Amino acid sequence: MIAELGHFALILALVLAVVQSVLPFWGAMTDDRRLIAVAGPAAVTQFLLVGLSFAALVHAYIVSDFSVLNVVENSHSQKPLLYKITGTWGNHEGSMLLWVLILALFGAMVAAFGRNLPDRLKALVLAVQAWIASAFLLFVLLTSNPFIRLNPAPIEGNDLNPVLQDIGLAVHPPLLYLGYVGCSIAFAFAIAALIDGRIDAAWARWVRPWTLAAWMFLTLGIAMGSYWAYYELGWGGFWFWDPVENASLMPWLAATALLHSAIVMEKREALKIWTVLLAILAFSLSLLGTFLVRSGVLTSVHTFASDPTRGVFILAILCVFIGGGLSLFAFRATRLAPGGVFAPISREGALILNNLFLTVLAAVVLTGTLYPLVLEALTGARISVGAPFFNLIFIPLAVPLLIIVPFGPMLAWKRGDLRAASERLFAAFGAAILAAAVSAWLAGMDDVLALFGVALAFWLIVGALSELAFRVKLGRAPVAESFRRLAGMPRSAFGTTLAHAGVGVTVLGLVAATTWASEDILTMKAGDTVEVASRTLKLDGFQQRAGPNYAETVARFTVYDGGAAVAVMEPSKRNFAARQTMTTEAAITTFGLSQLYISLGDITPESAVTVRVFWKPLVTLIWLGAVVMAIGGILSLSDRRLRVGAPKPARRTVAAPAE
Amino acid sequence: MTRKQRRLSLIGVAGVVLICAAGLVLYAMSDRIVFFSSPSDIAASTTAPGTRLRLGGLVAVGSVEKTTDGGVTFAVTDGAATVPVAYRGILPDLFSEGEGVVAEGLVGSDGVFAADSVLAKHDEQYMPREVVDALKAQGMWQEDGAPPHAVEQ
Repeated sequence: MIAELGHFALILALVLAVVQSVLPFWGAMTDDRRLIAVAGPAAVTQFLLVGLSFAALVHAYIVSDFSVLNVVENSHSQKPLLYKITGTWGNHEGSMLLWVLILALFGAMVAAFGRNLPDRLKALVLAVQAWIASAFLLFVLLTSNPFIRLNPAPIEGNDLNPVLQDIGLAVHPPLLYLGYVGCSIAFAFAIAALIDGRIDAAWARWVRPWTLAAWMFLTLGIAMGSYWAYYELGWGGFWFWDPVENASLMPWLAATALLHSAIVMEKREALKIWTVLLAILAFSLSLLGTFLVRSGVLTSVHTFASDPTRGVFILAILCVFIGGGLSLFAFRATRLAPGGVFAPISREGALILNNLFLTVLAAVVLTGTLYPLVLEALTGARISVGAPFFNLIFIPLAVPLLIIVPFGPMLAWKRGDLRAASERLFAAFGAAILAAAVSAWLAGMDDVLALFGVALAFWLIVGALSELAFRVKLGRAPVAESFRRLAGMPRSAFGTTLAHAGVGVTVLGLVAATTWASEDILTMKAGDTVEVASRTLKLDGFQQRAGPNYAETVARFTVYDGGAAVAVMEPSKRNFAARQTMTTEAAITTFGLSQLYISLGDITPESAVTVRVFWKPLVTLIWLGAVVMAIGGILSLSDRRLRVGAPKPARRTVAAPAE
Repeated sequence: MTRKQRRLSLIGVAGVVLICAAGLVLYAMSDRIVFFSSPSDIAASTTAPGTRLRLGGLVAVGSVEKTTDGGVTFAVTDGAATVPVAYRGILPDLFSEGEGVVAEGLVGSDGVFAADSVLAKHDEQYMPREVVDALKAQGMWQEDGAPPHAVEQ
């Protein structure tokens, strides 16, 4: 009964989405206030209906309703409650429902928080949002209905893929989808602006918070996925250039570019056409990501059992929205008036370089990801494009971008002084040289590129802090004056500093963990010891344990540092009875910012085990950097809400364009 | 600087970056991509020894052996041909005889495929597409989606 309710709510949501697609749009075209007013309530109700539908599916999972096919295929009555809930989106149907839920959530949020938007623009944005919702609701209902019943109902389910039975599934897909789908708002604003034929600084101010939110969630989602792969797969790697990872990286690059070009548009009314194009591209890349993951055209760890009809359906959605968006752009973009003039050496100039490099990076990732598909279609040859390809291209193109990052905020709008900016970055330059020298002293001169990487990381971190120091006149004014200035700074200034410093932190982690990591593969018996990074690792013995829905063999290791036991590590092999599958649970202990990582191979009948021991120096910085970036995003977002979210009436007249 | 000059300088910079990117992509495509081969392709020696390859097929039943130095040897088959593989490292959890596998590495002059990474499917219902294609080419694939389990060497 509850499953039918969920199915019915989903159908109602589709009907409502179609209404929301047509009426507000018609209202905006004919200036009919009553039709325009339909948009907001429709968006909120649509979200409530999809929410109800999603809750029905979650309920079916929680009570293990095995008369629902989707639950049978992906759940088990013995599974812990958390994994019963997260298992809802650990499969194709459920994850698409989550996608639609988040899409509806963003629509409802525009309706709820977009009170300062002109009614006409808001109606158009919500109509475009409803076009996307209609397409995906239709997709779920026609090809991926999670509410199909099974008669007779089996007594027990097939269980969730054990690899997915992890807290990572609770966090990674929702975050990533919030990022992917958040890009749809920028897309909807871009399409609305093109239909309207009018765009100005206010438009950029409305789009930026949404883009910032989407970017923040994408950043966290990608970082979380990377950490999950790192500890769950047992390979000790954190980025595999897997097509699906690329699919999330491309929208991130485009969203980062959009975030920066929207600043230029907001402050200087320049780069209008480019910003609109980027908004379309960012969501197009999100859709492409959804297509690549959900269609099964690529071999990847993320692919669930594939079904060609679904692939074709998503491809059709992809063509309609990307093709339609770009065609509309081609026809209408010339009507948007160009903006202000500026010198090449200026804040605008630096932001253009940022956009240039980010879009080129997105383009090369796109090329590498789609090349195998194109080549196979044309010649039949099957190839794999992996880390050697991407590292060769991505790094040389990312380095110049990272070098110019600290310059950007130091340059003035319109016309900047490169020399003055360089002088202000003297401390950052010194810190970079010093850091490289210290690393050379600690690790030797063997890897000059790694030393350069360390220097680059410190250049970014200290460069970002220098900008803050310059703005509070640190050292050039009394300390009290600097503090007063610091307290009076807008939060978005801290946001920029943190986001840029976060990039540096991630770079430092990447360089250290790839260059100075150690890996040992050895066979150990109880009592054996091994030296890792000046610590001694001793295998104490094995132990059998029972988990809620698995049995595991645990190997107990003790870590000694200078004779004293400092940690106990228990990697294990788990056997999940329901699916007759084994998983490897790596044991990870953090020392400072570095990690010791143990993963088990086969255990022989003589009680010897193949052990893979990694020492990953500073590896946690990779993900901490992403967290720092996201905190920067939150700070900036909270500032923005204060400024534009709750405008005073006097401001509203300034912000709103003439109707 | 006039609008026109500004635009020209922008196009110039963009052009340089794009040319660099295109050059890197072309170089990487000639040098850094890995071709996929089935055991039959390697048996027919269509590839020169020393080329990096991805080998896909089924792990031949009864072929997995541990070597004394912690390594493992097994054979990958597509029904028509079989290639011996040597690997040192930890095998994925879902690696087992009669199941699909993708190994990446080089064919040595002794005809043994020296793998530096071994990927198995991550889900028991899912088979790497390369493996499906290799099996289909040899008529070993059953359309119901179930892998042919009893592939003897």
